[in-house]
Amino acid sequence: MFAVVQFPGSNDDRDARFALKSVLGAAAELVWHQRAELPAGTQAVLLPGGFSYGDYLRCGAMAKYSPIMAAVNRFAQAGGPVLGVCNGFQVLCEAGLLPGVLVRNHHLHFVCAFVHVRVERAVPIFTSRARVGQVLRLPIKHGEGAYCVPPEQLDELERSGQIVLRYCEPDGSVTPAANPNGAVANIAGVRNARGNVMGLMPHPEHAVEPAIGGTDGLVILGSLVDAALRRGVGA
Amino acid sequence: MTRASEPKVDFALALAHGLTPDEWTSILSILGRPPSFSELGIFSVMWSEHCSYKSSKKYLRRLPSRAEHVLQGPGENAGCVSIGDGLAVVFKIESHNHPSFIEPRQGAATGVGGILRDIFTMGARPIASLDSLRFGPLEDPKHRYLLDGVVEGIGGYGNSVGVATVGGETTFHECYRGNIVVNAFNLGLVREEGLFLAKAAGLGNPVLYVGSKTGRDGIHGASLLASAEFDDSSQAKRPTVQVGDPFTEKCLIEACLEAMATGGIVGIQDMGAAGLTCSSFEMASNAGTGIELDLDRVPQRETNMTPYELLLSESQERMLLVAAAGQESRLAEIFHRWGLEAVVVGRVTDDGRMRIRFHGKHVVDIPVDPVAKSSPELDRPVREPADLRERQKLDLPSLAPEADLPGALAALLDSPNLGSKAWIYRQYDQLVQGNTVLGPGGDAALVRVKLEDGTPTQKGLALAVDCNPRWCWLDPYAGTLAAVAEAARNVACTGARPLALTNCLNFGNPEKPEIMWEFAEATRGLADAASALATPVVSGNVSFYNENSGRAIHPTPTIAVVGLLEPWERHATSFFSAPGRAIVLLGRTREELGGSEWLALRRGLEAGHPPAVDLDHERRLAGLLHAAVAAGLVTSAHDVARGGLAVALAQCAIAGATRIGAEVALADGIRPDALLFGESTGRVIATSARAEELVAMARAAGVPALRIGTTGGARLRIGPPAGAAWIDAALVDLHAIWSRALPRRLEAA
Repeated sequence: MFAVVQFPGSNDDRDARFALKSVLGAAAELVWHQRAELPAGTQAVLLPGGFSYGDYLRCGAMAKYSPIMAAVNRFAQAGGPVLGVCNGFQVLCEAGLLPGVLVRNHHLHFVCAFVHVRVERAVPIFTSRARVGQVLRLPIKHGEGAYCVPPEQLDELERSGQIVLRYCEPDGSVTPAANPNGAVANIAGVRNARGNVMGLMPHPEHAVEPAIGGTDGLVILGSLVDAALRRGVGA
Repeated sequence: MTRASEPKVDFALALAHGLTPDEWTSILSILGRPPSFSELGIFSVMWSEHCSYKSSKKYLRRLPSRAEHVLQGPGENAGCVSIGDGLAVVFKIESHNHPSFIEPRQGAATGVGGILRDIFTMGARPIASLDSLRFGPLEDPKHRYLLDGVVEGIGGYGNSVGVATVGGETTFHECYRGNIVVNAFNLGLVREEGLFLAKAAGLGNPVLYVGSKTGRDGIHGASLLASAEFDDSSQAKRPTVQVGDPFTEKCLIEACLEAMATGGIVGIQDMGAAGLTCSSFEMASNAGTGIELDLDRVPQRETNMTPYELLLSESQERMLLVAAAGQESRLAEIFHRWGLEAVVVGRVTDDGRMRIRFHGKHVVDIPVDPVAKSSPELDRPVREPADLRERQKLDLPSLAPEADLPGALAALLDSPNLGSKAWIYRQYDQLVQGNTVLGPGGDAALVRVKLEDGTPTQKGLALAVDCNPRWCWLDPYAGTLAAVAEAARNVACTGARPLALTNCLNFGNPEKPEIMWEFAEATRGLADAASALATPVVSGNVSFYNENSGRAIHPTPTIAVVGLLEPWERHATSFFSAPGRAIVLLGRTREELGGSEWLALRRGLEAGHPPAVDLDHERRLAGLLHAAVAAGLVTSAHDVARGGLAVALAQCAIAGATRIGAEVALADGIRPDALLFGESTGRVIATSARAEELVAMARAAGVPALRIGTTGGARLRIGPPAGAAWIDAALVDLHAIWSRALPRRLEAA
């Protein structure tokens, strides 16, 4: 079962549930942020996009204090898969579950557009349905999506293969022009060292139907469903 | 507590509140005594032009608003139309022009917030927004600042509340230099049985205040800011602009929809213009009841607020609701869970009076209906503008023909009016809720309908907003016909059937007979077009006093049409969808250059008669498109509008994700500049893999149809049937010009 956390101000919570449930056929439910525990039988957690707490103070800064985040933290420490999309990515960074931070786009505007990202790693939980080098067309919609880490940490991320997605041209080449927000090294998605927590700025849940945004989002969400099912069987 | 002493209420103070001598006399006869200070404030906002529609009522009554599928027409927060299977859509468009000119970011943001509340007040979940924006020339740094602020305001609010902005229009003209136009549209989805109205019914039922706390912002926004024209001192009215909080609005949407689902709510109304006053009077008036309010219970975020301030504050994100007796604590619990205020502030009474207490004393005790229903109705004088005939003069034969046709196309694509608006709509979340089939940048947006529980349906909603103010200035009747026809045609281009419309009528000072004449003519056009196209007017808004230092904006009757397409999968895009398709021009091209973009841009002239509108033809055309898309005969369809056929063909070629060129031959017979850039109405560029069937179907439907070319390649070539091309341009070049039209002007700043 997928737990899609609902913070006040979450916007893509229902869309994430729709993608998991109606499109991928996985069990998924919205989980209110005031709950102290994840529902029994939770196999994976998804922190959705939106503007938790209005993004006041700093994106994700308030959400990390919601009671449910302690449970998400424990779940992640125990090796449970956690995916953060957009605002969810920001929350995971604020909560220290992922390295780095997301800062204001370099052009200072909110941007909603379809972009291309290259899959850098075919990792078990999040990109098992992808092949390395595959280019996905996914939408972004954010004002504060420029991923940022200090140079030495960036080297570490590169070395340990934690960079999962990079903004690229349609042909897969990673260029400055393909970078929509000023992220370091065109980073669109990263995972933690252990490999069970990932955050990404593009919205896979908005690319799950052929005539509405295409289906490239299923590569990521489908990988997660596969992982959750495997975990469910093992548990 | 130290309470500021209230000013003495007299005739002079009434005039300072914007009331007229006649209105003052009416107040005295209604009350049989002079009003208290709070009561004076109430009359001044309730009888303001903005709230009472006193100058426009007479004309609005003539608009057709009934049809079998109309569940709620004008008079409520928004109109409601059935889309079958127990589902309905609620929609409306509203202006926020003056606040946006004074404070663009908050003005536009609260415009979005206000229209959203009008929708979810009725029990509908807001699913799609549009906006219609008009600015002065971008060469003016003030208007670059205004555009930037308005777009940021719309995006900042709409994105945060999780409602997709799926389309709109933006144009620029000198007439908006002193008064911009910001019209916000929203549409929500509701089950027919889940529709809520603004009614304070049920003697003794508790009245609840929910949402944000009340502050001193926006006092007299409706009366002093919206109901008076601008002059050099208008910036001083900045405190009358409200401040929006989209996070609270998002929580309010969720809490209201959840509370409504409990069945414990009898009636609900948002506190918009004139805040607590307007919402309580309207709810009591609609139900034929009275209300008793205790102002001391109103949640406040500032200290020492006076009754006058509490009653007139336009603080945002607040609602007034009437609960079924005994349900108040259950409802309050829902709002508290979402971090919102929820307080019982009064009761429903049955004596038709509004009684408001403050510190134990009645500060207001007045009959409801004379304030809410019997507000003044004016029959203002009308006079055709003295220079109208002069405006309409255009001697085509003596007009020098365009010597550089490719240069003219490039200039048009580079103009802010016709260039790509991606700079604007990229700042809006177009995708949230996951239903956007066709987003901004085409003729109409197309949004798939999903049920509240997430179940997708076959229903799609097509939405378009349009107006050509220059045409309305040249001939307000014909211009408004054209605005309705264009919005309906845009909806039809997706394959949808137009269902109904909403309108926002932006005009100058109604006290001037020439402005009132424009208004009368425009509403006459609106009535005729809405009847002919069977698109009833289900909601709307009038914005007068759009003037600065005596100069009015062009008449700007913004029209938004909503259509239904089922199944939505079978739809047409506005740009070319594949190479090797036949291009069929539907409709007739006449030698019409009056009021065209070409004439304004290349000849510096805004003159002539706008192109003729044939409403019978428009109806046949819409029916044909609906049938042809359903039959799979049309895969792309694009309306020919501003800039004419050449610009429309270029847009078809370069606006899609994949650029697809075309080779087009146009029959000679009229001057080439009119053929390429004339703006004859009722035309659509359709592409088809089965052109012969399409042409046959069109002829059977009585719609002129002509095969004019084929899609494919990387160039756009337009010429006569034989001989040298008039235009032969690489798409990559056209795209560069078109896509840079706004950025090159905004980034140079």
